[in-house]
Amino acid sequence: MGNSSIKKRYLTQRMAMAILVAAVLLVVAPIIFILVYMIANGYSALSWEFLTQPPSQAGRAGGIFPAIIGTVFLMLGTIIFSLPVGVLAGVYLTEYARNNWITRLINMAIINLAGVPSIVFGLFGLAVFVLTLNLGMSLIAASLTLAAQALAMTITTSRESVMAVPREYREGALAIGVSKWQTIRHIVLPSASPGILTGAILAMSRAAGETAPILVVGAAFITSGLPTSPFDRFMALPYHLYTVSAHVPGMPADVKWGVAIILIVMVLFFNIIVALIRVKARKR
Amino acid sequence: MNNMPKVAKTFNRQYTENDRKRGSLGMKNVNLFYGSFQAVKEITLDIHTCSITAIIGPSGCGKSSMLRIFNRMNDLIPSARIEGKVEFGGIDIYEPGVDVVELRKRIGMVFQKPNPFPMSIYDNVAFGPRRHGIRNRFALDEIVEKSLMQAALWDEVKDKMGQSGLSISGGQQQRLCIARVLAVEPEVILMDEPCSALDPIATLKIEDLMSTLASNYTIVIVTHNMQQAARVSDMTAFLMVDDDHAGRLVEYGETAEIFTNPNNKKTEDYITGRFG
Repeated sequence: MGNSSIKKRYLTQRMAMAILVAAVLLVVAPIIFILVYMIANGYSALSWEFLTQPPSQAGRAGGIFPAIIGTVFLMLGTIIFSLPVGVLAGVYLTEYARNNWITRLINMAIINLAGVPSIVFGLFGLAVFVLTLNLGMSLIAASLTLAAQALAMTITTSRESVMAVPREYREGALAIGVSKWQTIRHIVLPSASPGILTGAILAMSRAAGETAPILVVGAAFITSGLPTSPFDRFMALPYHLYTVSAHVPGMPADVKWGVAIILIVMVLFFNIIVALIRVKARKR
Repeated sequence: MNNMPKVAKTFNRQYTENDRKRGSLGMKNVNLFYGSFQAVKEITLDIHTCSITAIIGPSGCGKSSMLRIFNRMNDLIPSARIEGKVEFGGIDIYEPGVDVVELRKRIGMVFQKPNPFPMSIYDNVAFGPRRHGIRNRFALDEIVEKSLMQAALWDEVKDKMGQSGLSISGGQQQRLCIARVLAVEPEVILMDEPCSALDPIATLKIEDLMSTLASNYTIVIVTHNMQQAARVSDMTAFLMVDDDHAGRLVEYGETAEIFTNPNNKKTEDYITGRFG
């Protein structure tokens, strides 16, 4: 009898194991499938010319160089506008704001900000940056729009990183007559910087993939040359991908997938940087 | 009273006039509350300058809370509230208008767990002076060397000043933290169970260091280790909680006196190991 109960337990264990493995496969398999499918269909479009030339024949030929550059500019713009505000807000909320209902309300609003659909940010950018501030459909308006969207993430990760700095460090500094701001500036922020940077780069790589918001604040399908000022319109990879996939008849399939590969590689590149920062931070 | 810890030295240091000029420290009728909980009740005592005062007592009797009153570290806890008078160099440090940053510069603190900053040994020691405006590299070098020598750490780290302060042993880290405090030239050094995380050899080194430092600094140490209090301190304050869980000063006097001939029965019970 004891023997059969043990057998039964082994069986349950094996079944549980099988279910867990199946769940993991269910998650991993589609990702692998998408990547393989993408590369199989798109690699023939990849070439030096594809990376370095402007498009011709409405994107059917030539390259995507202006879209790559536009996306890089967007990412930089997003980080330039959202990181300082995000860090300062995060520091204020953790170090200075009193723990009262207003602070809690603000924290809740920030968390909810992350759930606002991106097209809503696009409309916000159109109303505020393009029209009210009269920046026009431009790179800067799009950067500000994406930065507004990224704020939820930069503030949240800054808050969490600042909170994670051990209390002992702060006490050690305060106990030798160092002011609160000096403690924040010289102890808290350096210790929190890997986390803050991680959040910023993730926000940036997410901005790289946004299509809907930039659609209404300045992305163009084809521009004549690269943007020469922040007030120019620009091309961007996700919008380019959308247009060549949905609106250009007779588009070679491998070009679409080629654009997708480049976009994924760029995002992956930044995610690898994040991973490296984390590894380095853990070693300290 | 056979099992009482041995007293290694007696309170017989002669003060110079210069010693007396340095900030005198004391509290009068001090109550400390965390919200509605009273942590410390009606404490009155004067700390002797340029000597070592040990605060002893069972766990949770308010020793650390009492220590943190002296450099206003309790300010960091929003619900903390204090009553009574705490005087340092003739001023009440809880008066409005007292510069807490300046106060903490003059009354430094070493913590239970060594807490070097995640930066190089040199930068750890130079941190305070730099924040207080010393930028000259030569002056900083001098302060760092002098502080590390005072903390009896110089010989062990002089060849690895660029290494992380977290890379050295626990005992060395604690001495580094002491050097960090010494670098801002305080008058008083508060130590909150500085050896509780250290092995016996490292503990002995810190104790030797304290004895040396006591000729120039006023040291107040919280310890749960009675032998340590008996070994290093000149004065001993014994704290205990009443039924209301607030810490009270049961007895305060010369260490030799407290450990050989306590006035209070509770003190005697505690130091002979009958409870705690």
